[in-house]
Amino acid sequence: MVENRPVRDAFAHAVLIVGIVIVAFPLWVTFVASTLTFDQIVTVPMPLWPGDQFMHNYTQVLTSGSEKGSSAPVGAMLVNSLIMALSISIGKIFISILSAFAIVYFRFPGRQFFFWSVFVTLMLPVEVRIIPTFKVASDLGILNSHVGLAMPLIASATATFLFRQFFMTIPDELAEAARIDGAGPMRFFFDVMLPLSKTHIAALFVILFIYGWNQYLWPLLITADESMYTVVIGIKRMIAGGDASNEWHLIMATAMLALMPPALVVVLMQKWFVKGLVETEK
Amino acid sequence: MEKRVVFRSAWLPYVLLAPQLVITAMFFFWPAIQAVYYSFLLQDAFGMTSQFVWFQNYAELFRDSHYLSSFKTTAFFATLVATSGIFISLLLATMADSVIKGALVYKTFLIWPYAVAPAIAGVLWAFIFAPSIGIVTYYLKVLGFDWNWIIDPEQAMALVVIASVWKQISYNFLFFLAGLQSIPKSLIEAAAIDGAGPFRRFWTIVFPLLSPTTFFLLVINIIYSFFDTFGVIDATTQGGPGDATKVLVYKVYYDGVKAADLGSSSAQSVILMIVVVTLTVVQFRYVERKVQY
Repeated sequence: MVENRPVRDAFAHAVLIVGIVIVAFPLWVTFVASTLTFDQIVTVPMPLWPGDQFMHNYTQVLTSGSEKGSSAPVGAMLVNSLIMALSISIGKIFISILSAFAIVYFRFPGRQFFFWSVFVTLMLPVEVRIIPTFKVASDLGILNSHVGLAMPLIASATATFLFRQFFMTIPDELAEAARIDGAGPMRFFFDVMLPLSKTHIAALFVILFIYGWNQYLWPLLITADESMYTVVIGIKRMIAGGDASNEWHLIMATAMLALMPPALVVVLMQKWFVKGLVETEK
Repeated sequence: MEKRVVFRSAWLPYVLLAPQLVITAMFFFWPAIQAVYYSFLLQDAFGMTSQFVWFQNYAELFRDSHYLSSFKTTAFFATLVATSGIFISLLLATMADSVIKGALVYKTFLIWPYAVAPAIAGVLWAFIFAPSIGIVTYYLKVLGFDWNWIIDPEQAMALVVIASVWKQISYNFLFFLAGLQSIPKSLIEAAAIDGAGPFRRFWTIVFPLLSPTTFFLLVINIIYSFFDTFGVIDATTQGGPGDATKVLVYKVYYDGVKAADLGSSSAQSVILMIVVVTLTVVQFRYVERKVQY
């Protein structure tokens, strides 16, 4: 702080508090709505203090879904979301760290070509190639399966780049020492590179877990069967009709269940999250 | 930049690269090539036969007033999302950078919306703005303002912009905060000694030094509003009312999946790919410049 001005300090705190209140307002309303009965919500204006239906609403959605819309239990959807988020994040890290290792530590014909072919995938978000990708998945017979949910989203240019950048900063002496001691490339990879990459792996994991959990368009296309819905898709299917016909108390309980896991990951692993976010965009 | 020390093996690097390459080929290159190929085809109404028609699908798109208006809608939407998101986040980040007490608490409370899926963000905001039962709708009505985004095109646009900006604030905020913290305090102190007030200091020192961050965020926010906001729109307005919020990516989805017009949807995909490529190149140019700086 350059000057000591209590008025300006108070102003800054006031702006931040107003900002936080506005940002948190939808979450609070959602939480309150998830603890009310349907009748309490449609009585305008709805109360802004939690009711006593918390246990009832959450047990209902977790075990048997909504009544009018989709009746798939949200508990199963959460499992699908978890499987998808974990397979995408672990899969991406696994294939990226291997390919970055190959590109940095080996000389072989076609190296530049392979590097650039991974690079251009940055430019092809799933949204611009939905129908042909859907066809590929259907030809492979992986529609309506966990493999189909995760596999097409596993290729990752950003993670490969991140590991490549990091490997370039590792001193050559380490590889040299390993070679002199007679360690082969894979031994070097497991005993030296992997332990050194720990913080990068953690940071990437946080970002990729959120990315995987929050996928929308792809699961929407390939899950026709309720038992394969992820929770983000499930909530969309619960919104059936107009304002008064939606079971908002159940939808809001599902919304809380859908956003809490990634939000907790961000808040509890804040250090890794910030590192991952800033590094993947470098 | 190359490594001086490398390992020798004729087959190992290919094995290591194989999983990445197989998935990239199967789910990126093959579909992308297919999209280009489909975009030159015209299918009959039942999808039984198709003929090669060169650029007819593209020519028709650029004659189609719905498509051209979708371009305008997307540009308008992206401008609103990017500028308001950047403005709000810069304000919050500047404030968070200037306070000493509680900075970490503020940060924690501002970053969590990043974790919320766009579709869920849409549902949350659609609920509090719901025409008949929404809590904000109620208070707007008390203030004499009639709110119904289901029938009013401008209010529908406002809703998707608010939900999209809300989700993106955390991201912008973190990058601005990192940018602000990297500005040397001595510069600001020198200006203060010369008698520059806080606003003068912000506009003549802080803002110019932040311009690389701002430019980077501008590109990222435009890409975000082009693609990632699909969930927001599909969970709330579904492009409506009319075509009021039918942005390009929603139209690709709608024409391809709902209307099953393969040729036109693929041509739109190819045009969108060109847009992403352009934006990515712009972004990388910027990264190169930053390295020199």
